[in-house]
Amino acid sequence: MTDASTTTTTVQVLIPTPLRTYTGGEAKVPASGATVGEVIADLNARYPGIQDRICEPDGEIRRFVNVFLNGQNVRKLGGADTGVKDGDEIGVIPAMAGGDRS
Amino acid sequence: MTEQGGGQHATAARLDTLAAVRAIGNTPLLRLTNLERHLGLSERVELWLKAEWTNPGGSVKDRPALAIVRAALESGRLGRGQTLIDATSGNTGIAYAMLGAAIGFPVMLVLPGSASEERKQILAAYGATVVESDPYDGSNGAIRHVRDLVANEGDSGRFFYADQYRNPANPAAHYLTTGPEIWGQTGGRITHFVAGLGTTGTMMGTGRFLKEVSPQVELVAVQPSDAFHGLEGLKHMPTAIVPTIYDESLPDRQLAVETGEAFDLVRLLARLEGLFAGTSTGAALSGAIAVAREAAAGNRRAAIVAVAPDGGGKYLSTALWEP
Repeated sequence: MTDASTTTTTVQVLIPTPLRTYTGGEAKVPASGATVGEVIADLNARYPGIQDRICEPDGEIRRFVNVFLNGQNVRKLGGADTGVKDGDEIGVIPAMAGGDRS
Repeated sequence: MTEQGGGQHATAARLDTLAAVRAIGNTPLLRLTNLERHLGLSERVELWLKAEWTNPGGSVKDRPALAIVRAALESGRLGRGQTLIDATSGNTGIAYAMLGAAIGFPVMLVLPGSASEERKQILAAYGATVVESDPYDGSNGAIRHVRDLVANEGDSGRFFYADQYRNPANPAAHYLTTGPEIWGQTGGRITHFVAGLGTTGTMMGTGRFLKEVSPQVELVAVQPSDAFHGLEGLKHMPTAIVPTIYDESLPDRQLAVETGEAFDLVRLLARLEGLFAGTSTGAALSGAIAVAREAAAGNRRAAIVAVAPDGGGKYLSTALWEP
């Protein structure tokens, strides 16, 4: 019997090229949390500084960043408060396509 | 079913008779008097915007695209069944697609999957083929994807790889049109030219022309402050695949702009001047305002011209215009 309240939700986060300097070059890393915001905070615990690049100081996702939960833009869901479940996939992409690390 | 260009054979000679081609260039130069007042600048400081969104394809990219296509038609590398292919974050692709439709050649474009929906829909409207590259690899991924597609074709002659990042016709278009227009529209009074760096064609071509006619014109290049940014079409040079046409020694100054600041300036421009521009216009404005404030503080005369690469309509699905 597993108590849901103590179960840690683990998701996979897809990291765009310019932010892979934080993840040691990894394109996909695991992170935990009940919401998108918590997952990003957990990511920051593992890779300090990455949260500031994705979120405003108040925790909302920066305007030029799109965060996708299983392919859906979380801005159209619940923003940083969008709930996640085990096995979900979160993608972080700048809203457009300018120069990235080659 | 309709074919692009009604199946007409593409020739360089017909180019200048086409409606879409004739509408390219000679864009307005607009003085931003409300913004000047808002910033409290002295009367000796003028802020001007080159309204490139008035080109028929909606952006400054119509100019280099036309020059690239013209050169390729004249040399026979395009117009005999070849498909024009290139990597583009959107506007150059729209310009190629427009020209492909009007002139009559197929167009295939590789865009990062993260490019805005509006852009993909516009490309489809013109009848171009869109290939999406890995959104996580951004524009560099799109460039690599095109190079792979072209390399896989070998010597088949199927593609004309327009390669806006290397093609000398890109800066040449600005040397021959944008530069002389700005010089003429300001009556030779321009003191500063401000442009964002993407392929760098605008700064290289316009900048070279202005330096030739008046070496004291200061060239101010604007780049995103960070590799992880939201300024469509612009490049953070320290981390980008640097365009071959880029000469770092040409601009007198390099300024960095944060995406948030550029967004705020584009929104301000809409509310203050009633001008609806795209994100990279905010980047150029940021540089222009920095230069304007310095000139005002030093009580110097300045006529500052910033390039507005495109309009705001292609960003409606992004967070730029969110209330």
